[in-house]
Amino acid sequence: MIELRRVNKWFGGRQVLKDVSLTVARGERVVVCGPSGAGKSTMIRCINRLEEHQQGEIFVDGIELTGDVKQIEAIRREVGMVFQHFNLFPHLTVLDNLTLAPIWVRRMPRREAEDLAMLYLERVRIPEQAGKYPSQLSGGEQQRVAIARALCMKPQIMLFDEPTSALDPEMIKEVLDVMVELAQSGMTMICVTHEMGFAREVADLMVFMDQGEVIETAPPDRFFTAPRNERTRLFLGRILRQ
Amino acid sequence: MKAGAARALRWTRVNLFSTPLNAALTLFIAYLAVRLLPGTVGWAVLRASLTAADDRACAASGGACWAFILDWSRFILFGRFPYAQQWRPAIVLVIFAALLLASFSRLLPGRWLALAWAGGLGAVALLMWGGVLGMPYVDTALWNGLPLTLILAAGGLGISFPLALLLALGRRSSLPAVRTLSIVYIEGARGVPFIAWLFLMLVLLPLFLPPGVAIAKLWRAEIAFALFIAAYLAEVVRGGLQAIPRGQYEAADALGLGYLHKTALVILPQALAVTIPAQVNTFIGAFKDTALISIVGLFDLLQDTNTALNDPAWRMAYVEGYVFVGAVYFVFCYSMSLYSRRLERRLGRERR
Ligand SMILES: Nc1ncnc2c1ncn2[C@@H]1O[C@H](COP(=O)(O)OP(=O)(O)OP(=O)(O)O)[C@@H](O)[C@H]1O
Ligand SMILES: [Mg+2]
Repeated sequence: MIELRRVNKWFGGRQVLKDVSLTVARGERVVVCGPSGAGKSTMIRCINRLEEHQQGEIFVDGIELTGDVKQIEAIRREVGMVFQHFNLFPHLTVLDNLTLAPIWVRRMPRREAEDLAMLYLERVRIPEQAGKYPSQLSGGEQQRVAIARALCMKPQIMLFDEPTSALDPEMIKEVLDVMVELAQSGMTMICVTHEMGFAREVADLMVFMDQGEVIETAPPDRFFTAPRNERTRLFLGRILRQ
Repeated sequence: MKAGAARALRWTRVNLFSTPLNAALTLFIAYLAVRLLPGTVGWAVLRASLTAADDRACAASGGACWAFILDWSRFILFGRFPYAQQWRPAIVLVIFAALLLASFSRLLPGRWLALAWAGGLGAVALLMWGGVLGMPYVDTALWNGLPLTLILAAGGLGISFPLALLLALGRRSSLPAVRTLSIVYIEGARGVPFIAWLFLMLVLLPLFLPPGVAIAKLWRAEIAFALFIAAYLAEVVRGGLQAIPRGQYEAADALGLGYLHKTALVILPQALAVTIPAQVNTFIGAFKDTALISIVGLFDLLQDTNTALNDPAWRMAYVEGYVFVGAVYFVFCYSMSLYSRRLERRLGRERR
């Protein structure tokens, strides 16, 4: 479904991705963790071309990501993304946030798009907020709207970039619950997060990154109990103790 | 009764005398009002003359000479438009008033409002030009006075707005050619005084036309005016574009929206909303700049008033003439300002 082959990326003179390779099968759920600045965001943002990689190959759903704008847009239609800071459209109501892309990108009739939007709002458990503006919602509610907005495009793949790290502790659970349900429904997911409880529960594969490199990939049981790399062990020791 | 008096006293203390500085300001303003108000009201209302035959008769009563405005009202408003046909520009004024009221009151939903403006401006063109429905044709050189001012303003703002959007987007484009062109245009137009620009365009514009085609001076001035404002407005819009966080672009990209959809549905609505005060500021300035157009021999409201003041009978009535012109400009500018404040409040209520 997703394949990164020896991807390299530089920001100016600084290399932020070094020979990153990763394969994600359909329906697989991957959790990526690692210290700040490791390149986690950069890696998943390369998958929908919010960042451009300079070397290596990235295939999404069999299509190679090149500079071709039409192809990039085609891939973005199939890949949903949820951001740390939600990035909802503040000038639109929740409902309009959700229907915007289906109507204008998928060319869906408005009624149908609204029905779909209400369906997903129910799945993230905030149908009563449809008429509100994002600024009138709590952080947890905003993030759930953002998840619903991405789902309304019926993506094959969902990318999450630290979706709970801008949230107050009491709101983290409501967002994670929605993500767990999504994982159980069989969605292909790549999730950058430090919520290790969530990772244990849903991940098929754990990826540890540091300094632009993928240091270790392993299934969660082995990853948490017997990490092979010293750096992984140090990192896990630090975040699991908290 | 007593409670009311106590409340009034408290209101006065809290609002007018809360600090020594406030108290001083209150007293100063009260002093100014006492000194100036009786004189002004006496001049403008009590001693004003509506019927005097000339400025000397007015001077005898010592008040404002509104008789001049009444005597010359049709010329001030409509200039040299054929006298028997002046009902046509009069209706045009009514149409403009109705359109402004409709926009202001928000009685019509957006789509209908746009239609109303399109239809209204069509009717304006028909009435001014004539040549159909038994209305004699009237050359644009005879479109004078307030209708001219409003046509210049409406056309100028209407043309400049879409142009400004393109320029603002162009200046932020990733295509070097588009960006350079936009920058050169904006800086070029902004770097020249309006009057110089106006003369330049009146001379230059015909050079871009195929030989044998001529456009009336009015339209050349209108285009020059629109091109000039567009540069200012573009910078205002660009300021708004810069205020949009990168996350908004990324979210739109991630949803698969193309450049046009992203710009029209996500970025511009936000950029335009945050720059309403600055846009209105530009519009108000531009509206008043229409008065400069008389310099190329077009007879707008101000120029008509100047012409009327050449009447030997009313030579001394220039204060009244300019107060009247000022009041007309003020009404339009202040309505724009009120409208923008309402728009801001409405958008603010929805989004914050
Ligand atoms: N647009 C950019 N321009 C220049 N450098 C950048 C840019 N974006 C990221 N970087 C750098 O690339 C490196 C990797 O950043 P990235 O955001 O991918 O890390 P991360 O693993 O997501 O970290 P965090 O946990 O803090 O989000 C960092 O050193 C960062 O400073
Ligand atoms: Mg990150």
